Amino acid sequence: MKKDLYNFAIRMGDTSWILSHRLCELCSFGPFLEEDLAMTNVGLDHIGQAEEWLNYACELSDEDVDADFLAYRRKEKEYRNVQLVEYPNDDFAYVITRQFYLDVYNYLLYTKLTQSKDATFAAIAQKSLKEVKYHLRHSSNWMVRLGDGTEESHERVQNAVDDLWFYTGDLFVMPESEQNLAKEGIIPNLADLEADWEKMVLEVFEKAGINKPSYEVLASGSFDGQHTEYLGFMLCEMQYLPNKYQDAKW
Amino acid sequence: MKETRIWEILAEIPDPEIPVLTILDLGIVRKVAFEGEAPIITITPTYSGCPAMQRFESDIKEAMTKNGYEGTEVPMVYDPAWTTDWITEEGRRKLKEYGIAPPEESSADKKALFYEDDIVNVTCPRCNSKNTKLESQFGSTACKALYKCNDCLEPFEYFKCL
Ligand SMILES: [Zn+2]
Repeated sequence: MKKDLYNFAIRMGDTSWILSHRLCELCSFGPFLEEDLAMTNVGLDHIGQAEEWLNYACELSDEDVDADFLAYRRKEKEYRNVQLVEYPNDDFAYVITRQFYLDVYNYLLYTKLTQSKDATFAAIAQKSLKEVKYHLRHSSNWMVRLGDGTEESHERVQNAVDDLWFYTGDLFVMPESEQNLAKEGIIPNLADLEADWEKMVLEVFEKAGINKPSYEVLASGSFDGQHTEYLGFMLCEMQYLPNKYQDAKW
Repeated sequence: MKETRIWEILAEIPDPEIPVLTILDLGIVRKVAFEGEAPIITITPTYSGCPAMQRFESDIKEAMTKNGYEGTEVPMVYDPAWTTDWITEEGRRKLKEYGIAPPEESSADKKALFYEDDIVNVTCPRCNSKNTKLESQFGSTACKALYKCNDCLEPFEYFKCL
């Protein structure tokens, strides 16, 4: 059970951590000042959420590790973040769509987790949910503005919606360890969450005039440490300093 | 009461990002207790990633040391989660004087989608006009949003509800 809790804390922590890195890459590269501030603010919230989850993972771990170690010193296959958040900041429409898919997911997941039988899960969820609401307001608003905007903005956001949809299947795959937690009332059943997720996403698509993509097969495997080709490059950059100067402090 | 003196010291510690507020105005101190002679001051974070949290901890420890206390501990609790409802009346007044509009809505349930309807008209801290416009939900720090006053035309920051 402790190992199952650990796995889930790592999964949540890694997802926020990797996304925060992507968002922080936008610092001073946002399309305009307010948006630059918005992306980095959302990134900062995710750094905080990652820290809470990874600190709890350390408590649950049998090894003597701290959150910095987990964040900076693991190998690619040891990360458990969902693949969606690895996708690069190719285009603003992709940045927003990536965020929107995850915000809806986090909104629904954290809402359920506030009722978790694990007190720390519930406490982190209660805190994070308040922040996620602001994130979702921001990303869903942009989905409508882009989808219902100019011909070009519509085309670009539709492309992003189509391409990134492939990675959304991965959000709902439940490994055995998560099934154990669901049985104990510690986390919700992710398959049930999927239906709610799709409903909420489609509600926004409808308002935005965006078409729902169709795929035969969706990506999966992050729970097992399988990632997109992008993660390795990100880790190279992110881990360079902590690896080179192992005891460096700010 | 040993605790009373601790609260007095805490009342002098400013927020590192909005120095007109003390940490008590912000409502982040949840509990003061003693373990032997060492003060145990429990705090709660405002925003998960708020970089001021580490400053709070070191500022509290420093103030305690200065006042002759040893071995101060500053544990962090997440439950119940901090809300802007805990900012004191005094804190709200100071924020407004400083040019930051204090939180107006209650933190109670907020819509996450299609929220335009529940945006309240924030009062301009300069001219008190209610004719203001949300420019961005995100501002210079995690706790603030950017607004513009349509009457005096000045931009201002709003301490957003959480
Ligand atoms: Zn004004």
